[in-house]
Amino acid sequence: MATVAAVIASTHHPFYYRASNATGADRPPFADEWVTKIGAFRDTLTKANPDVLVMVGSDHFHQLWLDNMPQFLIGKAPFYDGNFYNEEREFGLPRMLLRGHEELSAYLLRQGIDAGFDLAFSNELRIDHSITCPLITLRPEADLPIVPVYTNIFAPPMPQPRRFVELGKAIRELVEAWPVDLRVAIIGTGHLSLELGGPRQFGPHGPDPEFDRKAVGWIASADLESALAEVTLDSLWQPGNATHGFMDFLLMMGVAGAGVKADYTDTLDLFHTMEAYFTWYPKAVDAQ
Amino acid sequence: MSKYLINKFLYTIDRDPDLVQRYREDPHGTVTWWEAEQAGVILNCPRAERSTWLTFTDAERSALASHDYPALFELGAHSFLTLTLFIALFERDYAEPLAFQREYAARLAHWSLPYPDIST
Repeated sequence: MATVAAVIASTHHPFYYRASNATGADRPPFADEWVTKIGAFRDTLTKANPDVLVMVGSDHFHQLWLDNMPQFLIGKAPFYDGNFYNEEREFGLPRMLLRGHEELSAYLLRQGIDAGFDLAFSNELRIDHSITCPLITLRPEADLPIVPVYTNIFAPPMPQPRRFVELGKAIRELVEAWPVDLRVAIIGTGHLSLELGGPRQFGPHGPDPEFDRKAVGWIASADLESALAEVTLDSLWQPGNATHGFMDFLLMMGVAGAGVKADYTDTLDLFHTMEAYFTWYPKAVDAQ
Repeated sequence: MSKYLINKFLYTIDRDPDLVQRYREDPHGTVTWWEAEQAGVILNCPRAERSTWLTFTDAERSALASHDYPALFELGAHSFLTLTLFIALFERDYAEPLAFQREYAARLAHWSLPYPDIST
């Protein structure tokens, strides 16, 4: 049987790549601390010695569009190109090419559909910064095959927060039941409070530090009961108009398991949004 | 009202470097051309199978033709699409990093929650 070697939840700040590579006068003052924190976070994945990465993210109106918008989609392809022209333009992100793990994709699609999730699929998927950014931070070699899982946190109507949790639980159970002797890391990225294209954008902190403080507490202890008691599709507009990305953190709390404390938690209060990094080791003794 | 069509304009301009430049230099002409020639093209269908019913309202056409992003916000355009395209259009004109983004926020400062509905 497969082993869930690590469960990792993170923000996906598209400015990290440029900030971490900048030199001289172009290097922002927060870059060194950010690089140090990312280095420590990267070690938590390296230590888990994974063979395959399940990558949960959300397409930011790149390939998926309003004429045909899936709620949950799994890629099934031998390769995935990464990043788009407007991400090169705005964030300086590089073009990437990732290998896919088609066997695990096919398994998750078949079993996931049979478990009650009417998953969409894609045989030709170009992944965007919600998946490439955590690869850049956590596995810059980009040498492991991936299974991309996309969620709709962007275009109303979206699934309910509880549905993200349920999908996370299902992914965990299905990976653990996969009859292949490989180590699988399940990695997902979302947002804390975030405003894009509104009056609260690009402030000195995230738009709602109080929400961020609570959210980090919920995630660090996978406190789904408290999170789901407060978070609704309507309430998520309050902390910032792009905060529905928090639902990908809810999905990852579902993967981690209700009430299971993260083995690693770190945050970084940046301008514009708070960064947050979490790692769980379901089989601590297996971590090498 | 067609929030969907505004979003489709923002989306299809933003993903094409030549159209970004064309919209920056000639917003009125680009909107006129796009509404006549591109609005109905279904992105995954041949041109012959295009939609026949999509048009802007006067307010939508005017907001796009005048680069009026506060008006687009009020009309319920998707905030991410508007922001992304307008950064591409105008960030280059500002010397300080994020200066355009901060001006953008300031021009929307009269808004409080709830913001205009972006549902399509």
